[in-house]
Amino acid sequence: MNFGLRPLGREKLWVLLLLGPTLLGLAVGAFGSIFATLGLSFFKWDLLTTPEWVGFANYAGLADDRMFLRSLSNTIIFSLLYVPLTIVCAMAVALLLNRRIHGVSLFRTLYFLPVISSPTAVGLLWTWIFAQDQGVLNAMLGNLGIPPVRWLGPNMALYSVVVVNVWGAIGEGMIVFLAGLQAIPREQYEAAHLDGANALQRLIYVTLPAMAPSLFFQSVLSTIHAFQAFDYIYILTRVGNGNSSVPTLVFSIYRNGFRFFRMGDATAQAIVLTAIIFLFTLVYFRIQKRWEVPA
Amino acid sequence: MIRIEPAPWESRWPDRLAMLVLLIGAIAMVGPFVWMLSTSLKLPADQYTRTLIPPTLTFENYTRIFEIMSFQTLLWNSIKIALISTFGQLLTCSMAAFVFAIVKFPGRHALFVLLLVTLMVPQQITAIPQFIMFKWLGLYGTQAPLYLPSFLGGAFGVFLMRQYFLTIPIELAEAARIDGASLMQIYWKIYLPLAKPALAAFAIFAFLFSWNDLFTALIYLPSDLDKTTLPVGLALFQVQFAGTWTIMMAAVLVSVAPIMVAFFIAQKHFIEGVALSGLK
Repeated sequence: MNFGLRPLGREKLWVLLLLGPTLLGLAVGAFGSIFATLGLSFFKWDLLTTPEWVGFANYAGLADDRMFLRSLSNTIIFSLLYVPLTIVCAMAVALLLNRRIHGVSLFRTLYFLPVISSPTAVGLLWTWIFAQDQGVLNAMLGNLGIPPVRWLGPNMALYSVVVVNVWGAIGEGMIVFLAGLQAIPREQYEAAHLDGANALQRLIYVTLPAMAPSLFFQSVLSTIHAFQAFDYIYILTRVGNGNSSVPTLVFSIYRNGFRFFRMGDATAQAIVLTAIIFLFTLVYFRIQKRWEVPA
Repeated sequence: MIRIEPAPWESRWPDRLAMLVLLIGAIAMVGPFVWMLSTSLKLPADQYTRTLIPPTLTFENYTRIFEIMSFQTLLWNSIKIALISTFGQLLTCSMAAFVFAIVKFPGRHALFVLLLVTLMVPQQITAIPQFIMFKWLGLYGTQAPLYLPSFLGGAFGVFLMRQYFLTIPIELAEAARIDGASLMQIYWKIYLPLAKPALAAFAIFAFLFSWNDLFTALIYLPSDLDKTTLPVGLALFQVQFAGTWTIMMAAVLVSVAPIMVAFFIAQKHFIEGVALSGLK
């Protein structure tokens, strides 16, 4: 970044002013909060009495915290299903749309509708669709002779929640992928064809390598979303007092922090959540590097 | 949209198959919304009829949510908070983006990277210290914690606006500089007016983000229909009207409709915004 204008004299003050809010947000909102959260995770504190230093006890306690362990395993299963499903579906829709068919922009609009709709509102809509006795989904299955399924019951809830989250996220990935696909020069496909590549080979050797950066970027974003999934799950699996029948890490943090005011436990869990996200991002970067070397 | 000309070596049937798959997918995407509309226009007594066309068409559910539930208060709270947040984001993100895009200063690259790293920081890690801070400031229970953070920039907005500012030829700023314009004038009179499409795209995202935010409202606002926002209101409805799907679907429709209307009007900006925020 060597381009640009150099501020003259008093303009340096103006530059500081323009950057000010963002710098403050960065210092207080982002990094300040991270350090504060890290610091709080070594204390026992209920916001009323004096904080008590407990060292790593909050972290050690997580190993025996059944609510936490359950939410951790739910979060990991959720992410392992949600991320690949979202990426594959979004890519598939983008590939299908990147053809000479009619109504591309109409399809694009329709697939994007769930992305812009409030997850809380749409979550309510899905509880109606999933309803056990009178829901439209079980009614449709009934017509095919399939007995009603308890979509939001203990066995299925996690998978139903994954489906709704994927449904709500396909459109976003689709737009990014479609923009990427349209930027691939047509000549590359023609050259591949002249070399005798079939449709599948053109996909593997032309399309996917060209799409690698945006695939990578969307995977990272998707993973970050997955670990923070809350809204749909809150509405779809609510069982009172801010709990869920399929609690994820965010539920555990929310309940400990804002319902029980156990600030030490809540912050320790937030640190674990962040550490997992960073770890996954690191893995993606490693994979991307390896992918780029032969190309 | 770029029209792709058929190449002689491609047959037509994969296109027809693609069309079929896309149609099935589109039904899955839109079907739930159609069912929502249908249910919301049925009498509560007819809610379990499985016909798409209501046996008796009624708008009673809509009048009820406004008359009994003071839905207008929820709407107003959400609109107010979303508008203030959008303004804050547009202003502070475009300011920082301008500096990152065209002003030379030491540490520019490092600072920008630092900002992008915060994209990875989950909301939950900032939520607890923020909660303690707002409580200490005496703002717990007020709407301020829902919009004040919007006035502190943000990685997504700065990144998006900077991407757009970079497409404006730097020669324009240099020429203005030679004519004696200050940096502030270049920002306010040249870059902001030229960036209208990006501002529009970003405004939609900022509005949407605030409008749909359940988590922050749950934390800070009392679960009281007069004070809270639409998402929390809907969650309260869920309990209060458990089993009365016609009323709930009317409430759901009213909360997604404004955004959908905005989407249909400003579609181009929406789509460009998503594409712009993708990796380039």
